[in-house]
Amino acid sequence: MGLNTAPASVSTRLSSKPKLERPPAPIARSRWEPFKKALPIYLFIAPGVILFLVWTVYPLINMFVMSFFQWNLIKPSPFVGLDNYTRAFGDEIFWQALRNTIMYAVISVPGQLIFGLGVALLVNQKLPFRSFFRTMFYLPVVSSWLVVSLIFVYLYNSQAGLLNYLLKDILHIIPSYQAWLQNPVTALFAICVLGIWKGVGWTMVIFLAGLQSVPPTLYESAAIDGANTWKRFWHITLPLIRPTVLFATVMLSIGAFNVFIQVYVMTGGGPQHSTETLMTYMYSEAFKFLDLGYGAALSWIFTAGIFIVSILEIKFLRRPVEY
Amino acid sequence: MQVRPKILLTTASLSNRWRKGFKKSEVAVIDRRHPLLIVAIYLILIFWTVISVVPLLYMVSTAFKPNQYIFEFPPKFIPENPTTANFERAWNSENFGLYFSNSLVVSVAATVIILVLSSMMAFAFARYSFPGRTILFYSILGTMMVPGLVLIIPQFVLAKNLLLLNSLHGLVVAYSANSAVNIFFLRGSFEEIPQDLQDAAAIDGAGIWSTFWRIMLPLVKPALAAMAIFSFMGAWDEFTWALTSIQDEKLRTLPVALRLFQQSHGTQWGLVFAGSLIAIVPVIIVFLIFQRYFIQGISAGAVKG
Repeated sequence: MGLNTAPASVSTRLSSKPKLERPPAPIARSRWEPFKKALPIYLFIAPGVILFLVWTVYPLINMFVMSFFQWNLIKPSPFVGLDNYTRAFGDEIFWQALRNTIMYAVISVPGQLIFGLGVALLVNQKLPFRSFFRTMFYLPVVSSWLVVSLIFVYLYNSQAGLLNYLLKDILHIIPSYQAWLQNPVTALFAICVLGIWKGVGWTMVIFLAGLQSVPPTLYESAAIDGANTWKRFWHITLPLIRPTVLFATVMLSIGAFNVFIQVYVMTGGGPQHSTETLMTYMYSEAFKFLDLGYGAALSWIFTAGIFIVSILEIKFLRRPVEY
Repeated sequence: MQVRPKILLTTASLSNRWRKGFKKSEVAVIDRRHPLLIVAIYLILIFWTVISVVPLLYMVSTAFKPNQYIFEFPPKFIPENPTTANFERAWNSENFGLYFSNSLVVSVAATVIILVLSSMMAFAFARYSFPGRTILFYSILGTMMVPGLVLIIPQFVLAKNLLLLNSLHGLVVAYSANSAVNIFFLRGSFEEIPQDLQDAAAIDGAGIWSTFWRIMLPLVKPALAAMAIFSFMGAWDEFTWALTSIQDEKLRTLPVALRLFQQSHGTQWGLVFAGSLIAIVPVIIVFLIFQRYFIQGISAGAVKG
C-alpha cells in the first residue's frame, strides 16, 4: 500500500490484526485526492504537529545552523565554518568530559542492570510482603533528581555525613573521614552510586515485565528434565528476556549519556573537571560562557554519539528470540 | 504498510498482577524452596529496602531537626527535639508557598495540554490512514531517542525570540512538547479498541472529532490516567529548563528554588530538606495511590524487542 496512492478512507483500520472486508478502493482521480480526503485528519492533528515542528524539529535544524556560527546572544554572530567542531576535538576538557561520561555509563548501566535483575528475580517469587518490597524499591525512582542529589550531598558530607559515620565509626573500613565529592578520585564514583541507587527500581519493573513474558511451561518441562535453578536461569530466563535486557540497556545508556542534574548539583563538574560530563560541559559553555555556537556543536556531537551507541547496542543484543 | 514499531506494547494485565500477585505456576526460578533459602531471600530484600529508604528517611528526620542539631555527632535518626519550625520558615519567609503554587499551575496546565494533544495524535495514528502518517509517526518516535537536554540551546534561542523566556507560559510550552512517549503509549491503547465501534460511529455520521471525544476517549481512560501521572510528575520535577529560562524570583518553580536556596544557605540542611519534602511529598502520595498505573506505564514497550 503506497503512501500516495492509498485512499484515505476514514474508516480504514491499519494494524496487523485481522481486518473487516473493505469496500473496493475508489481509484484516486488526482495526486492530491488522498490529501484532500485526509484534510479533516490533518486539521485534527494540526495543533500537536505544529508544537512538535516548532519546539523539536525547528530547534534540531537550528542547532545545526548555530554550530557553524560563533553564536552568542548579544553581538552579531560571525560564520566560522567548522571551527566549533575542530575546536571540540582539540579541546582537552571535552575529551575529559567524554571519558567521564563513558565511565559513568560503564559503571552505572551494568550496575543498574545487575541489581535490577537480581531484585526483580527476588520479588518475582511468590512470597508474603513482596508488593511492599516492590513499593519500597521504587521510592527512589519517583523522588525527583534534584531532591535525591541534595540528599546525597548531605550523606557524602565530609564532616557529619552519614556515609563517613557508617564507614569509619561503625564499620571501621576507612581510617578517616573522606570528602567524597571534593576528591577527584572518588567524586565520579560517588555520583555513579547515586545513579545506581536511583535507577534500580525502574530496571526492576522493566525486568518484572520481561520475566512475566516467559511461558511458565518452559520451566516445568526443564524441571522435569532435571535442570537446576541456575541452569534454568541461564538457559531459559536469560535468553528469553533478552529483548527486555536490550530495551533496558538502550534506555539506561541514553540516560547515562544525559547525566546532568546530579553532577550539576553535587559537584558542578569539579574538582578540576574530574566529574565534568558532556552535558555539564555543554551547559556551562553555552549558558555560563554564552558560547552558544560551540555548545550547539557539542550537542550535535553528543546526539551522534548517543545514536551510534544505541545502534551498536541494538546490533549486539538483538537476535531473534526462539521458543 | 505496517506502522507497528519494533518495540511493542506489553501486557496491560501486568498492572493487575502487580496488585493481586502472580499465579504459582508463573513463579519459576526457585521451585523447591528450602527454608534457609527463604530466609536468605528476605534478608536480601530487607537489606535493599534499607538502602532504598534510609536516604529518604534521613531527609525527613533532618527536616524536623532544629538547626543546631544538623551536624550533631553521632548523627541521630530520630531527632531529639523535633520541630516544625523549618517547614514554617520555608513555607512563609522563604516563599516556598509561592513556588509550590507556581509548580502546581505549570504542571497542571502542561499535563492537560499534553493529554489533549497526544491523545488526539495517538488516536489519528492508530485509527486512520492518511498520507504522511508513517513518516510523521516515526519522526515523533525518533525524538524519543534525542535526549531532551540536547536541544536546550536552540530552544533557549527560540524561546527568547518568541518572548517565552522568564515566564510561566514558556515553561508550559516547553513541558507540553514532551509527548512522544505518550503518543506511542496511547496509540497502543487506541489500537486495542474493536473496529466495530468506529464503524458504527461512522455509520451514524459521527465525524472524527465526535468519534474521538464521545466514543474512543472514554475507552482509554486507564491509559490516560497513567499518562496524566507521568506528565504531571515530569513537569513537577523538571529542573534544567526552569533554571535556564526563569530569572524572576517570583516565577521560580520548586526544584529551581530548592537548588538556589541550597546554594545560598548551604549549611541549613533542616530548611533545605523541609523545602525538599514540600516538593517531594505530593509526588510520593500520588505514587502510593496510583501505583498500578505507574507500573503499566513504565513497563509499556519493555518486553518485545
